[in-house]
Amino acid sequence: MTLPLLTATDVAKSYGPVVALRSANLIVEPGQAHALLGANGAGKSTFVKILTGVIGAGHGAVLMNGEEVRFSSPEQARRGGIASVYQDPALLPDLTLRQNLKLTRTPLDEVEKALEQMGLAGLDLNELVRDVSLPFLRMIDLARALAHRPRLLVLDEITAALPTDLAATVFEVMRRQTDSGGSVLFISHRLEEVVTYCDMCTVFRDGKDVAAFVPREGGENRIVQAMLGDAANLVREGGRRSVQDLTAVAPRLRVEHVAAGRELVDVSFDVRPGEVVGVVALEGQGQDILFEALAGDRRFSSGEVLVDGERLVARHPAAAIDRGMVLVPADRATALLPQRSIEENLALTLYRRGRSWGPIPGRAVRTKVQNAIDRMSIDTRAAAQARRLSGGNQQKLTIGRWLTAGFKTLLLFDPTRGIDIGTKHQIYDLIREEADNGAAVLMYTSELREIALVADRVVVLYRGRIVAELPAAADEEELLSAAHGMVPNPADLEVGR
Amino acid sequence: MSTVSTIDDAATRGRRMGRMLTERPVIVLSAALLVLYVVTGIQDPSLFTAQGIRSTLLLACPLAIMAAAQTVCMLTGGIDLSSAMIANFAAYISANNAGAGPLQSLGFAFLVGAVVGLINGVGVGVFKVNPLIMTLGMSSVLVGVVTVGIVGDGFLSGSSRLLPFVKTVGSGNLFGPIPLNATVLLLVSVALLYGLRRTGLGRNIYAVGDNEPAVRLAGSRVWQVLIAVYVIAGILAALAGLMFSGISGSVGPDQTNSYLLPAIAAAVIGGTSILGGTGGFAGTIVGALILTVLNRLLLGFETSEAVRQIIYGIIVLALAWVYVRLTGQRAD
Repeated sequence: MTLPLLTATDVAKSYGPVVALRSANLIVEPGQAHALLGANGAGKSTFVKILTGVIGAGHGAVLMNGEEVRFSSPEQARRGGIASVYQDPALLPDLTLRQNLKLTRTPLDEVEKALEQMGLAGLDLNELVRDVSLPFLRMIDLARALAHRPRLLVLDEITAALPTDLAATVFEVMRRQTDSGGSVLFISHRLEEVVTYCDMCTVFRDGKDVAAFVPREGGENRIVQAMLGDAANLVREGGRRSVQDLTAVAPRLRVEHVAAGRELVDVSFDVRPGEVVGVVALEGQGQDILFEALAGDRRFSSGEVLVDGERLVARHPAAAIDRGMVLVPADRATALLPQRSIEENLALTLYRRGRSWGPIPGRAVRTKVQNAIDRMSIDTRAAAQARRLSGGNQQKLTIGRWLTAGFKTLLLFDPTRGIDIGTKHQIYDLIREEADNGAAVLMYTSELREIALVADRVVVLYRGRIVAELPAAADEEELLSAAHGMVPNPADLEVGR
Repeated sequence: MSTVSTIDDAATRGRRMGRMLTERPVIVLSAALLVLYVVTGIQDPSLFTAQGIRSTLLLACPLAIMAAAQTVCMLTGGIDLSSAMIANFAAYISANNAGAGPLQSLGFAFLVGAVVGLINGVGVGVFKVNPLIMTLGMSSVLVGVVTVGIVGDGFLSGSSRLLPFVKTVGSGNLFGPIPLNATVLLLVSVALLYGLRRTGLGRNIYAVGDNEPAVRLAGSRVWQVLIAVYVIAGILAALAGLMFSGISGSVGPDQTNSYLLPAIAAAVIGGTSILGGTGGFAGTIVGALILTVLNRLLLGFETSEAVRQIIYGIIVLALAWVYVRLTGQRAD
């Protein structure tokens, strides 16, 4: 009997009160292409980071060929036989490819050999990294990982931004690796790839492994079901919808054929006052760019944005804010003033114009701030510095800021990421209240169940375009399938590529 | 067991001390000032006389004003290394135009501060030049400008006699041991303490230093805030230059250069984070007083000026280090 190449038992990791990985078990046999699956936030990335020595495990054991290993750096992991390719290639942009490889002490001849095998021998290693396109950088990263002749090759979302021919190269590399007795741990949101190329899959949900099966036997539907679990049947009574018929109402926000670089291609939709439109997408489908550009933090390369029927060209967030369109960004750290007080955090936007630079009308500001504190029920006991607040309270500050300032269109980017369930429900209630009072809300969420709780309607973004528009009542299976590009007529997707 | 608990106690004491220092820096610093003053006074009893108090205040006031320029810049995460040269330039211009009356004399001095500050602000705010580089470069440009101005028939070659008003305010006496220049510091303090805490601009200044992307997302224009900050810093530096010239009774092309680093140190010791976002002017004033007394203490040592400089530098570094350690204000 051969020992498994990799056995992970009860691996767990928490950051303070936030549990990133509850208890993960995974077994990879030699010669196996093993897929690791799960919805956003299921703990896949954390698990991979632990495996490759980027972060330490809080609990549990990892065995390779029956011996316990504990890597404290990616380099140690490589020496131990685990090499990985991450979503973002870790290369210095101002050096050439060759210099980068030397810097990480990668055997150059091995890299060249690997590139040759991949049919990419023509790639000039003397080019500056910033002149090389992202897909080819991933290929270099893959060749670099192969140069270490790993027993386990970890591919984290490597195919996410690859054109078809390069993706085929990756599958060829995977096949060679398994044929020679090595193994692959393959992470992808593209389920058809998993079904076609993987011998086994393990599904993570809420930081735990919930199923392990042969993907070819289960098919995409079983994978989706395992990823969702009971959530598919979760009681929906918490959900509240807009009661009026909004179809006759003129849209507050109308987005027409906007595009930005290669990440966003031709997106059109609209949001009416009183309506919460949910955006569903896997990671990296262009949703972050859509929200940032709507908020004026970056620019669309083409297309039009209309607010109340009038064109908005926002070169700065101030332009969008002046038209009542405000953003709660994905990362609290980009919106919070960590060293300042709750009051200063909440009141910040009140001083955005030059004419509000003078004396602060103390009473008026206090009233507005107190109103936001009350409506968000912010815990003010640690009022002196926002960084001392809990994550949930910090998030309340970034939302509450717009309650003090007032708004008409609210852009929420994953507003409940990493906060506790109680606070989440407060935020859901608030979103519905604001919509009922006439605000238009556009909300991206990485948690599908939130759609049923707050949204009136859903648009699904896949590879930079809207592939489906569904009622919020659509079940999560349908949403998840659409988010994976499994729409009724996938041929439509290829148009214009 | 007992050793463990002692270490724990020390750790909690350190933390409590740190929190006290973060939240009430002025109280802690004032206590430190008092101790330092008494220690220095024991070595040099003249410090306890009215004359001793007066001379301390006389020197601390212009230093505090120059430190005010650093404070507003540092609150945004910046610094103004050109403030000493602004001060020298402004004092020269003022003396040159003393004959044309106080309005023109003082007006030109502040105009120099405002214009140089504006250029600094545009460089830092609009062209995103690192403040250290921008103001250091500006400082060396000003060295050139002033040098060209004073040689031969240059534009600064006129009279170098001070405006009488500058001399009176700079070195006169208000009452008892209080010098007249303390009134200037008082006015600046009121304006800054109020301005930083109770105006929209003040809130934006702290916010820019704390988290620039957040300010942008909240709809404020960061570059406008930075230009305002460097213009204010330039005007304050010009004011400090006038006050220093008032003390010495003369102007010189490098008269205030040795006060630049103490001014930055005063702001740091006073609790303003060099990374921006926290601090204020109240602490800076106490910081300026501490450094002035410290200088006095070192003067009492019978040693060479070079050694004094070394000791002074080491003490300032140590104070800054202790401060950052205790308050845990690091880039986290």
